[in-house]
Amino acid sequence: MCDQTFMAITFGPCDSCSKASPLMNIYIKSDPINYCSFCMEMMACQALQSGESLATLKSESDSLKKKLEEERAKLHDVELNQVAEKVELVSALSIRTRRVLKGHGNKVLCMDWCKDKRRLVSSSQDGKVIVWDGYTLNKEHAVTMPCTWVMACAYAPSGCAVACGGLDNKCSVYPLSLDKNENLAAKKKSVAMHTNYLSGCSFTNSDMQLLTSSGDGTCALWDVESGQLLQSFHGHTADVLSLNLAPSETGNTFVSGGCDKKANVWDMRSGQNVQSFETHDSDINCVKYYPTGDAFASASDDGTCRLYDLRADREVAVYQKDSIIFGASSVDFSLSGRLLFAGYNDYTINVWDVLKGNRISILFGHENRVSCVKVSPDGTSFASASWDTSLRIWA
Amino acid sequence: MARDMSDKEILKMELEQLKKEVNTPRTPVGVNCADTITYVESRIAEDMLIKGVPDDKNPYKGDKGGCIIT
Repeated sequence: MCDQTFMAITFGPCDSCSKASPLMNIYIKSDPINYCSFCMEMMACQALQSGESLATLKSESDSLKKKLEEERAKLHDVELNQVAEKVELVSALSIRTRRVLKGHGNKVLCMDWCKDKRRLVSSSQDGKVIVWDGYTLNKEHAVTMPCTWVMACAYAPSGCAVACGGLDNKCSVYPLSLDKNENLAAKKKSVAMHTNYLSGCSFTNSDMQLLTSSGDGTCALWDVESGQLLQSFHGHTADVLSLNLAPSETGNTFVSGGCDKKANVWDMRSGQNVQSFETHDSDINCVKYYPTGDAFASASDDGTCRLYDLRADREVAVYQKDSIIFGASSVDFSLSGRLLFAGYNDYTINVWDVLKGNRISILFGHENRVSCVKVSPDGTSFASASWDTSLRIWA
Repeated sequence: MARDMSDKEILKMELEQLKKEVNTPRTPVGVNCADTITYVESRIAEDMLIKGVPDDKNPYKGDKGGCIIT
């Protein structure tokens, strides 16, 4: 006998699909459920509560999103550029390339400044990580990583080590020694282990902890000495491409942006996602905190950069132009927070007025896409890294 | 991690997150923008990239090219 045969006591409309058929009467937690045999099977297979399904979850999620939008809209009383109308215009900037750092054999993917304001570390597609002196163009250290596409590199706050990683799914820390004959690769320490490529890394306020973001959709906080995972951050539903720590001495939050078009703000101690913003139309390539720590900017493949205010919990400015069709790969703020430097895939760097929302100038010079833009720690210059294998320092 | 999760699990995770976020405390945009502007105005005078640096103080405008041969 086929196992769909059963003694049906009732016949009528099914509670779940409303089709009239023989019903199976069962009790779940003393609630009577009258489903037809098909719905009963479906429920058993998907282990759902009665009434729950992919569609109901989606509709509940959509209604919550709408409610969130309404709550946020209530506080949207004025636009940033309206409040900034009385602010004086920025005069024409005299920023030019002052140094071109040549030495990488392939696309430069990432760079970072040292706290001493003159050294930088950069990493490239061919696996080389080079530490430069920005004033003299001297290459102080060079390490060859065992993997290609070193997408992330960071300088330690003390200036004594660099962290880098990429397609090897790990983040390794190299202590920098002054002894020129020493082989840096021998002293390498593997700190972070992810299940997919490493997209970003950053030391926290000390040399002892490292924050990483990965293509596996998670961010993680590691102890450098022991290599132990201290906290992991789950919430992105696609690759995380960038992260940035809040600029405060106590510093216990960071923001991350990913391919799911979301930018999330996390509490480092609890691992909780505190706030989330989803207004971009495409992958977020870079996120950067505002100098006050109360806002952050993001750069995306949709060609726009956006400013989000954390206290108002919403986007407050969009930096875009119809003529910009290429994605923005990287952003950084000037010291005062008035200028936003953004590197684009059309080989240019645009300088935006943060308050008024207009573009102040375009910087030309690179011969391929700009992959990373970072302002120096004292705000006197900024450096840009590009796929044309060079880095430029602008001041 | 996210790639291993089924659509249902991803939706559940998003739903949990949204429930928490609906209750976060928020302040009006106007107030925050005013604060931002005050901050910028107070620091704009020291911003070298806007104001420029006199040649003798700028480490990048140095006389890299010249050398004296005797």
